[in-house]
Amino acid sequence: MLGRTANGLFWMFRYLERAVNMARLLDAGLRIALTRDIVSAEDEWRSVIAAAGQREAFEQKHGTYTGMQAWNFILRDRDNPASIINMFEQTRTNARLARNAISSELWEAINDNWMQISAIMAKPVGQGSVNEAVTLIRSAGTLAHGAMLGTMLRDEGFHFARAGTYVERADSIARILDIKYYLLLPSLSYVGSSLDTGQWDQVLRSVSGDRAYRSLHAGQVDARGIVEFLVLDDRFPRSLAFCHSALRDELSALARLHGSEGESNALMRRADTRLSDLTIEDVFDQGLHEFLIEFAGTNAAIGQAIASDYRFLS
Amino acid sequence: MNESSENFDEMQAGDGTVRKAYEDYNTWYQAQDARFLKRKHKDAEHSFRRTGITFNVYGEDEAEERLIPFDMVPRIIDANEWRKVSRGIEQRVSALNAFMHDLYHRQEIVRAGRLPESILRNNDAWLPHMVGFTPPGGVYTHIVGIDLVRTGPDEFFVLEDNARTPSGVSYMLENRETMMQMFPELFMQVGIEEVSNYPRRLAKSLAACAPKMTEGRPTVAVLTPGIYNSAYFEHAFLADQMGAELVEGTDLRVVDGRVAMRTTHGYKPVDVIYRRVDDEYLDPLTFNPDSVLGVPGIMDVYRSGGITIANAPGTGVADDKAIYSFMPEIVEFYTGEKPLLPNVQTFRCSEEEDRKYVLDNLEELVVKEVHGSGGYGMLIGPAATRAEIEEFRKKLEAKPDGYIAQPTLSLSTCPIFTKKGLAPRHVDLRPFVLVSPDNIEITPGGLTRVALKKGSLVVNSSQGGGTKDTWVLKD
Repeated sequence: MLGRTANGLFWMFRYLERAVNMARLLDAGLRIALTRDIVSAEDEWRSVIAAAGQREAFEQKHGTYTGMQAWNFILRDRDNPASIINMFEQTRTNARLARNAISSELWEAINDNWMQISAIMAKPVGQGSVNEAVTLIRSAGTLAHGAMLGTMLRDEGFHFARAGTYVERADSIARILDIKYYLLLPSLSYVGSSLDTGQWDQVLRSVSGDRAYRSLHAGQVDARGIVEFLVLDDRFPRSLAFCHSALRDELSALARLHGSEGESNALMRRADTRLSDLTIEDVFDQGLHEFLIEFAGTNAAIGQAIASDYRFLS
Repeated sequence: MNESSENFDEMQAGDGTVRKAYEDYNTWYQAQDARFLKRKHKDAEHSFRRTGITFNVYGEDEAEERLIPFDMVPRIIDANEWRKVSRGIEQRVSALNAFMHDLYHRQEIVRAGRLPESILRNNDAWLPHMVGFTPPGGVYTHIVGIDLVRTGPDEFFVLEDNARTPSGVSYMLENRETMMQMFPELFMQVGIEEVSNYPRRLAKSLAACAPKMTEGRPTVAVLTPGIYNSAYFEHAFLADQMGAELVEGTDLRVVDGRVAMRTTHGYKPVDVIYRRVDDEYLDPLTFNPDSVLGVPGIMDVYRSGGITIANAPGTGVADDKAIYSFMPEIVEFYTGEKPLLPNVQTFRCSEEEDRKYVLDNLEELVVKEVHGSGGYGMLIGPAATRAEIEEFRKKLEAKPDGYIAQPTLSLSTCPIFTKKGLAPRHVDLRPFVLVSPDNIEITPGGLTRVALKKGSLVVNSSQGGGTKDTWVLKD
């Protein structure tokens, strides 16, 4: 396969993951804002925008935080480089680039959803249609993954696509955790104590982990338990441990197909060893923020090593 | 039909009877419910959008993707008619290929006084780099599209030869796919020649032209200018259907005297390149130095026999309309036979007598730029305003050898589906021809383009034309 095509597949699924994660985050915000009065709803939207990593861009454009402004910014603002419409467009552009490495069903899943998403986002999204927009994006992701699993040849292209998914997912979870934990707390003395459970509820919702967490922890919400769940519980498909274990499998499969290991496999092995020996106490001893920064750095380095091992760009 | 046609109509004779080729179709059509047909008409558009069969229009927002309108009434040709037409095409394509070889070698046709040398000197597509070089297998025009128009029962004319990079074959294939999905019962009732094996034949034909040094099965790649090119869909589609790689210039480089593509395993040699990039962008070392679409050094590899480029560089010479006007002589010169398919009568504005006639009769003629294509830069006399004609007159007088003129043909019509029922619209036909060292293959039918506006004679997609499925009936 061409290096450029591999790059297209990798980024197609990174952007798709990013768009869908953003939709989840927005969905969690919508849910919580509904239960607040106007004043605290404003705080809530501020924290959603912050968790999306779009605070600076948003405040350049808007002086206040209203729901309408916030969700339109996240959903469809072309000036916002991380808006869902921009992410989904990038997904489709990469799918076109890699058009003959993906199945028709996968292409049509992306293209058909693109037509619907751009139609619903052609004009400002109001209170009445914001849920519809979010649902559409989430189901677009589900449909694309389903089409891929059901129809794509298990060749290197498949593994590049999966690798892109997990690199992106790990990055976005680390980011959400970090922002929530480090930036949004009133002060460090709150760390590890009983917290604003609403905030943690939102974290869980934004990674679609609320139900799974409740069933494992009999409904008890505490910061340490949630962090442990999202960092170390490899049964949950949106935990850091799960993402890296899945990424390791994809990279091993690629190395097998190519008959040799590269820099990405070496980095992966080191990251793996580090994570598998870790307890939640170690994480808090190091400091969660420091741990997450280190994790995201390793994750990004693995992404870059994949690109150079498999000649994505040169 | 609700509107009657003054021209030859493919479906209906002047007295209103349905022509033989359309009998089965008409029987089926008459039995359909109008609402069912309207729904299908809508479905077709959605299905094209879903599959992403779009093209980008030059000069518009780069990101904008348009759909070429599809009309669901097929253009039907009976087996006998097709046999005659395809013989004529084969003769013409074989002459074209021989002509290319001669042009870049001894130029016997010029020596024999059958083609003026000045025509070549004025031809922008002429490539001195090709002189004295014979491409692998002696094939210049691997893929040709011959544009035909019809004016009467037995009157097909060649309107244009596309020997450079004929496009549109993906529409031929997708139109058929769509028709088979929408009306499966029709295909069970009527015997229709297959077109779906075109990509397989193309792959085979290209592989047969691989350079001698190829080891094992030839590696074929489609070279595209990229996703913003108007025909990107077609490039991706053909690569996909052939099981070939779809490459851009940045994927290729010359490694150890071969053109190689950057794969995840490293550089791997390519044997045959089906390029959809124009000559001047092919090699920045040889042609346009600013080109990022091509491959530095590919022409050296080509000349040393390390790669096949399809179509061969320099074949655009034949697309020139001044050359076109000599095609009857060219066919006769290389085949020793009279042309089976006539040209449309053509006046060369470079010649005084013709020029005078053209200037005196602008309002009756179609005037075209010699190097133009896509329906741009032409004057359709009968449809033009006085001011447009006068403006064109000035352009023509300033550069007479840049133009040819032809009488306005009464192109045949074929019904299209409208909300009010069937209505006749003008059509042309582009059959696709594959040339390999010892074989010329013509796909039955081709792409029928249709002018969707009532009375319009311009069928180009860039000017609002649509397409139809084209059926050649089995014997």
